[in-house]
Amino acid sequence: MNNLIWLIPILPLVGFIINGIGRNTLSKGVIGFLGSLVVLVSFGLSLAAFLQVKSTGVPIDVKVYDWFAIDDFHFPFAFLIDQLSSLMLLIITGVGFLIHLYSVGYMKDDAGFGKFFAYLNLFVFFMLLLVMGSNYVIMFIGWEGVGLCSYLLIGFWYTNPSYADAAKKAFVMNRIGDLGFIFGVFLLIKYFGSTSFAEIFSHAGTQQYSAAPYVLITILLFIGAVGKSAQLPLFTWLPDAMAGPTPVSALIHAATMVTAGVYMVARSNILFTLAPATMHIVAIVGLATAVVAAIIALTQTDIKKVLAYSTVSQLGYMFLGLGVGAYTGAFFHVLTHAFFKALLFLGAGSVIHACSGEQDMRNMGGLKGKLKITFITMLVGTLAISGIPPFAGFFSKDEILAHVFASSPAMYAIGVITAMFTSFYMFRLLYLTFYGKFRGTQEQEHHLHESPPSMTIPLIILAILSLIGGFIGIPGHHLLGEYLAPVFQRSAALLKVNELGSQTEIALMAVSVTAAVIALVYAYMKYVKTAHVPIADTEKRSFLANLSYHKFYFDEIYDILIRKPLDWLSEFAYDNIEKLGIDGIVNGFGKGSMEASRGLRLLQSGNVGFYIFMMVVGIVSILMYLVIKF
Amino acid sequence: MKTLNDAIQAVPLNHYILLCSIIFSIGVIGVLIRRNAIVIFMSIELMLNSVNLLLTAFSVYHGDATGQVFVFFIMALAAAEVAVGLAIIVMIYRNTNSIDINVLNRLKW
Repeated sequence: MNNLIWLIPILPLVGFIINGIGRNTLSKGVIGFLGSLVVLVSFGLSLAAFLQVKSTGVPIDVKVYDWFAIDDFHFPFAFLIDQLSSLMLLIITGVGFLIHLYSVGYMKDDAGFGKFFAYLNLFVFFMLLLVMGSNYVIMFIGWEGVGLCSYLLIGFWYTNPSYADAAKKAFVMNRIGDLGFIFGVFLLIKYFGSTSFAEIFSHAGTQQYSAAPYVLITILLFIGAVGKSAQLPLFTWLPDAMAGPTPVSALIHAATMVTAGVYMVARSNILFTLAPATMHIVAIVGLATAVVAAIIALTQTDIKKVLAYSTVSQLGYMFLGLGVGAYTGAFFHVLTHAFFKALLFLGAGSVIHACSGEQDMRNMGGLKGKLKITFITMLVGTLAISGIPPFAGFFSKDEILAHVFASSPAMYAIGVITAMFTSFYMFRLLYLTFYGKFRGTQEQEHHLHESPPSMTIPLIILAILSLIGGFIGIPGHHLLGEYLAPVFQRSAALLKVNELGSQTEIALMAVSVTAAVIALVYAYMKYVKTAHVPIADTEKRSFLANLSYHKFYFDEIYDILIRKPLDWLSEFAYDNIEKLGIDGIVNGFGKGSMEASRGLRLLQSGNVGFYIFMMVVGIVSILMYLVIKF
Repeated sequence: MKTLNDAIQAVPLNHYILLCSIIFSIGVIGVLIRRNAIVIFMSIELMLNSVNLLLTAFSVYHGDATGQVFVFFIMALAAAEVAVGLAIIVMIYRNTNSIDINVLNRLKW
């Protein structure tokens, strides 16, 4: 097995190369088949790796080759598959394969079919590199690579300028985070003389422990995670990223790439545990993101925007979990979220596909009868994200909330309110889309149809996973927790966890389920019983609704605080430094030599007598010079 | 037998230098003030030959014949140069019907 590990990331790369070169020549069938096949084979290999790690309990550490060495600082290109990364591999290749399969149906009429699959395969390659790297540098290569693919895929329909802008926005915001990440890695090299996970984590906290370097390093790493995982204050790119095709939103902006930040923090858990100050920041940022994004999602009318904000909110939950030391819980949520959010996005894609590209929920409704499979699977996804037992989201969210309660009841209260919001906006989405009467045009109504099997099969599989996925982490019999224990062993020993009694835990569960159900019922009353439809953009909203609808004016605030001053600075630099300074010097040289030559040209009178005279003058002056010199 | 060297050395070196300087200066002035191309050309020859004469004189006083041999070479070369120079002047005359160098005022940018 160990000598086949390198095939896991290489296969999607091969798919990328073949699909990329043959994007215009190969038939769509071949491209779709090949693109999906490479990911499926990677999934098979990942499964084998997972089973090996599970049975032996020993991480697979494979050095492919020595990349470079500077003095004593050796840098191997090595892969590490331990409990944590083996699960990530399964998510990426498993969910990735389903989304590839779905894309075959979803993108079949698109002119950029080959390009799409090439990018998608490239993304899988980089994502696998990110999780498989055995040191921070390889992780960083993957980290940058997925950012690039995200950019390429958000701007997939680049002829639309607003989509291209969304791609640029995502890229720039990610770069801000990446800067933090790379500085964090520099500091790690400075303090530990290595970037390898194994070496850093075994040395962390062993000699002369002082929190300061750990706090600095982890804050920098966390800034990277904030950018990649769309947390406050860098979250505004993710909702805009919905400009990409829906499978992209499902794969990159819900299931895998955005959870890279969570993975990275979970991977570096010992560093974060040794920096309690950072842990507080992580928890607060996570909680704030969860609440803010949930509030924004309450009033959005674009079906994908609702899901995007819900992704931001769920990522906030994950960071909240990480911040209170519930590493297993947070990772559990990554896992279940990958299932149900990919499902919801693909379901939304199916709805959009059926409604001929319509994304505004105000123009949907009553799709229940026409899109049966989509409806049922979406219902499963909605129940899962709302935390209704026994669906997957219930267990993972509850585990996080229980840990939050143990650490701070106030945070727990906010967390439960957020869960309530989550349940409300998700059921609002479901009711607006599938219940009531169809509100679109006649033509759209005529076109309504269930999606082809290549789209519904992934939905069904993901629905099943969302239904049963939670059972790997039932309190008291936590398979996932046991499996991941070696990764979080040292952190768990360092963190003092307030053990909750089983009665408290049951009470907490009851509270969150009740909250979710209340929100569900309220949404039902509002959107099904009274058939309320969100008002058109032209009508006036109440102050709070307006604030939520316009995303707390985050974009506008950034515009004023950052973009405007930068624009002003650029204009100033352009007018003064560029035009007057640099251009002035360069043009000055040109003008100067022109002027000087115009003057010298007068000497060339064309008069031969004058030339001869000048020759004599020249000879005489040379002679005079020589005479004087000697 | 009284050699040619003795005959040359009968005149002091200073006289040669003075004579050559005068001839050279005449040549320079001729080049500067005359407008006839042929006269200018002759003045240049005058300058050249004044230097040849000086070279011979120095060679004799130095007791080394190399300088005199050198002068023969220069004279051979000068003959070739005259052929080229006169050809140019002939061409100028054919083109402009004049050998006044002030007519040739188009040798410029």
